[in-house]
Amino acid sequence: MTRHHLEIRIIPRPGLLDPEGKAIHHALDSLGYESVRNVRVGKAIYVDLEAPSSEEAIAEAEAMCRGLLANPVTEDFEIGMASPAAEPGETS
Amino acid sequence: MRLAVVTFPGSNCDYDVYQAIKSVGGVPEFIWHRDAALDSVDAVVLPGGFSYGDYLRAGAIARMSPIMEQVVTFAAGGGPVLGICNGFQILCEAGLLPGALTRNDTLKFESKDVWVRVENADTTFSRDYGQGQALRMPIAHAEGNYYADEETLDSLESGGQVVFRYCDPSGHDGEGWNPNGSARSIAGIRNEAGNVLGMMPHPERAVEEVLGSVDGLGVFTSLLRQLSPAAA
Amino acid sequence: MSESSESNSVGGIGAATAPQPRPGDPPITPELVQDHGLSPEEYDRVRDVLGREPTFTELGIFSAMWSEHCGYKNSKRLLRLLPTEAPWVIQGPGENAGVIDLGDGLALAFKIESHNHPSAVEPYQGAATGVGGILRDVFTMGARPIAILDSLRFGDLDSGRVRYLFDGVVRGIGDYGNCVGIPNIGGEVQFDRGYEDNPIVNPMCLGLMKVDELIKGEAAGVGNTLMAVGARTGRDGIHGATFASEELSEDTEASRPQVQVGDPFTEKLLLEASLELIRSGHIVGIQDMGAAGLTSTASEMAGRSGTGVEIDTLAVPVREPDMTPYEILLSESQERMLVVAKVGHEADVRAILEKWELEAAEVGKVTDDGTFRVLEGDRVVAEIPALPLTEGCPTYEREGVEAEDVQALRKMDLSPYEELEGSPADVFIRLLESPNIASKRWIYQQYDTTVRTGTVLGPGGDAGVIRIRGTTKAVAATTDCNGRYVYLEPRTGAMIAVAEAARNLVCVGALPTAVTNNLNFGSPLKSHIYYQFREAVLGMAEACKLFETPVTGGNVSFYNETDGKAIYPTPVIGMVGILDDVDKLTRHAFQSVGDAIVLLGDNTNELGGSEYLYVIHDLVAGPPPEVDLLGERRLQHAVLAAIQKGLVKSAHDVSEGGLACALAECALGDGEALLGVEVTLDDPLPTAALFFGEAQGRVIVSCHSKNAEKLQQLARDHGVPSRVIGTVTEAASGFVMHAKSADMKVDLNSMKALFFDTISNIMDAGGRE
Repeated sequence: MTRHHLEIRIIPRPGLLDPEGKAIHHALDSLGYESVRNVRVGKAIYVDLEAPSSEEAIAEAEAMCRGLLANPVTEDFEIGMASPAAEPGETS
Repeated sequence: MRLAVVTFPGSNCDYDVYQAIKSVGGVPEFIWHRDAALDSVDAVVLPGGFSYGDYLRAGAIARMSPIMEQVVTFAAGGGPVLGICNGFQILCEAGLLPGALTRNDTLKFESKDVWVRVENADTTFSRDYGQGQALRMPIAHAEGNYYADEETLDSLESGGQVVFRYCDPSGHDGEGWNPNGSARSIAGIRNEAGNVLGMMPHPERAVEEVLGSVDGLGVFTSLLRQLSPAAA
Repeated sequence: MSESSESNSVGGIGAATAPQPRPGDPPITPELVQDHGLSPEEYDRVRDVLGREPTFTELGIFSAMWSEHCGYKNSKRLLRLLPTEAPWVIQGPGENAGVIDLGDGLALAFKIESHNHPSAVEPYQGAATGVGGILRDVFTMGARPIAILDSLRFGDLDSGRVRYLFDGVVRGIGDYGNCVGIPNIGGEVQFDRGYEDNPIVNPMCLGLMKVDELIKGEAAGVGNTLMAVGARTGRDGIHGATFASEELSEDTEASRPQVQVGDPFTEKLLLEASLELIRSGHIVGIQDMGAAGLTSTASEMAGRSGTGVEIDTLAVPVREPDMTPYEILLSESQERMLVVAKVGHEADVRAILEKWELEAAEVGKVTDDGTFRVLEGDRVVAEIPALPLTEGCPTYEREGVEAEDVQALRKMDLSPYEELEGSPADVFIRLLESPNIASKRWIYQQYDTTVRTGTVLGPGGDAGVIRIRGTTKAVAATTDCNGRYVYLEPRTGAMIAVAEAARNLVCVGALPTAVTNNLNFGSPLKSHIYYQFREAVLGMAEACKLFETPVTGGNVSFYNETDGKAIYPTPVIGMVGILDDVDKLTRHAFQSVGDAIVLLGDNTNELGGSEYLYVIHDLVAGPPPEVDLLGERRLQHAVLAAIQKGLVKSAHDVSEGGLACALAECALGDGEALLGVEVTLDDPLPTAALFFGEAQGRVIVSCHSKNAEKLQQLARDHGVPSRVIGTVTEAASGFVMHAKSADMKVDLNSMKALFFDTISNIMDAGGRE
């Protein structure tokens, strides 16, 4: 078993109104970043887990997303390998 | 009539719902979320609050609670289930109601009195109201912006599943009266079978004149009348 | 400077069991002592107490306990002048919160506290953790929190930085209180450049309990077990921010978060678990680990009960590896409590905590040797006599001299501003849209005000009111202080703060009962600031004595300064009152067309410190309005009597913006049912003072026209000047004021838009910089 550091990105589904993204887009506009075309706000969840291989780690994370981490009505998810977590240790 | 009020870690309207049920002659009973026993109750209320701090998504963690399996079973057997505010969010997360409650379009917590129109007065939770009646109740939430895809919304409308809709004080649709950006100004929906209702406004906070409104009483009296038609 | 240290009897103990330095401890140098905020004389006192040199860990402990925050060293002597006793006071100053008797076997715990400095650094978390702390102060008395208020001060909203602070503070207070589920029922906010870099964030909490459920922060019962409950201990908020990080531990600065992060979810669990614990009978004492963390909590609990405590830092659950005893003792991680469990009941305590998904760890025990002893496993790392540690902090009385520039401002000739430039309506509108006058709806619509179904009057009125279920009673609360008045003349300003708080309470029908105060000032080491502080305390003491509103606790926040510039002195008064009959609750809004509008009190030619001068002439000058405390007392009695007799339909205090703005608030109400006003004033006064002056001792009431004479008779009987000044009219008739020198008529709908939308227009459209 090895320890895998996963980054799970939760993203609002296309077409879903994202008021926070809209507000940030507006703020960027007013700062002069006129090239901005679209802003979406999601969140990233960093999970450290033990698994025999990275494929199996990702498969487990996918199950977590379907079961809890993402709401299928409003959110999509992507899973990637992260660089080792910034904070070592264990959450309790 | 025994009505279970489920307390999750972080529920904070459980006490208010308890008092509201008592005030209309029901017998409320707190059920701790880990005490999975709904055998002998007649209805279940999931109260408002911030179960698990609303961390991850409002209601997402609470619906993993041991009690929720029981609630799903109870609802499947036709038992009445009422979810208010965070309770509505939990019901959506648990799949007992369609759609999802997303962040208010104002990007702020919204706490104020709103008006909702009774869109369907022929339900377990609204039969003591008149069709089209305008009700005044408080809202207090940051994630009450109801979302579902167009197809789902159409089927909610055609099936009479939209029970409460935000409106102006006269009961009409109006610009500026939807407090959170909800699709089609939806404030409360029921499931297809009709025994599960979720709503964002707080009827339990509008049950006494001294609190400013008694318009919420009907939700509780309707439910009690449904449970014991003879007594009401 | 005359600096005399008070002689406290401190007993040193022998050095026989002296703890040895830990490997890695820095040597105790004069610089290190200075970095810990201790003067050479104070350090000498430390050595006297110990009978030897302190270890590094002990130095940290003394530094925290003898800090201004814990030791009140520059305020304690003056604070003794405040009245603290009355037959209805169950718990005065010195505990986590004050407690008063409500009758019917019930008691009210209440307290205000500052989180100014953390909020200036990180407004959201600073304000949120402020709410968390004040909630814990109340529920650790055994009381269930029933209401929050917040007293806030910011710079002017035209600054992007100020808007950022304001937005963050409001969201922080809202998110925390909303999540725990405690209604916010009021407070106040003032915007003035005097607070530009130093916002004031003073949350206040009220809690309800049965009298016999009162519990104190005491470590009683030798052999009983100390248990740390709630969140784990991390490195947040360790006071020694001035140190290079290497001296504390091997970790880098980056790994040591300074900002304390609030977790309202854990707080809610801690609240429920604590109340269950207190009622279970398994514990004898409980206290929040607040400022100076485990150190102050454990030593204060020992100090209060005259026992000793022994703590093993290795037993304290930590969030980060390799924490030193120094760090564990001084951490200010949030949502933690120290509980004294009856010996043998530890498992019962743990079971209650586990139900609420919280941790409880046995970290020490109560001893009989009067010593605060800290172990790290087998090693003794600190051993200090508890009482000299908690009570032996040197206290100072300093020389106070008023600043000359303030004297000059106060003596400024205001006569050039007595006549209005432009029409009265133009000035009126500019005042209505001043964020200081305009509705604070943008704030309180972000706060849950109705949870717990007790709120019978929420924010936006003269005071917040919570009914007490199962009785006919209600409690009312308000916070007040106009820092401009205090700045211009501290003693008068502080009296006005007390008088206004009392007026606000009587306007809703509540009898003013007790006070908690939050004294926000600059550095007391400066003589002009110490002058402000002394004068303000004297004014407050006089007013509180006369009004029979004892001070049951509070907080002192010094050093509210940036680049040597202090805030306005702001002694915030949090006052609570009791309504015996909630049905007598009175609101500020006019009720019906045709009602008589009656002014209680006199108009004067006073403009000093007014909102009018600030908004129209960009001035903070002149003397604050005079305050006649006996006259205020008569007014309070008259208003209460009129309300109890059912003579009045509305009552509203006249304050910032004067008579015109107060009448506007009565006409606009909560914005749903506007009513018109037609008022005629025959005072021979300049228009500015008559319409916008802030003379004290005035209340606007409305009554059915047939009751006007009875009301005036009642006022005469109380020795209060009164006169009918006008009539409530249809909204369509507008807002009309006639005076000898001027007339104005303003459309109510345009007033409504200005009054209710000003702050949201600034905040929601302006964006941040």
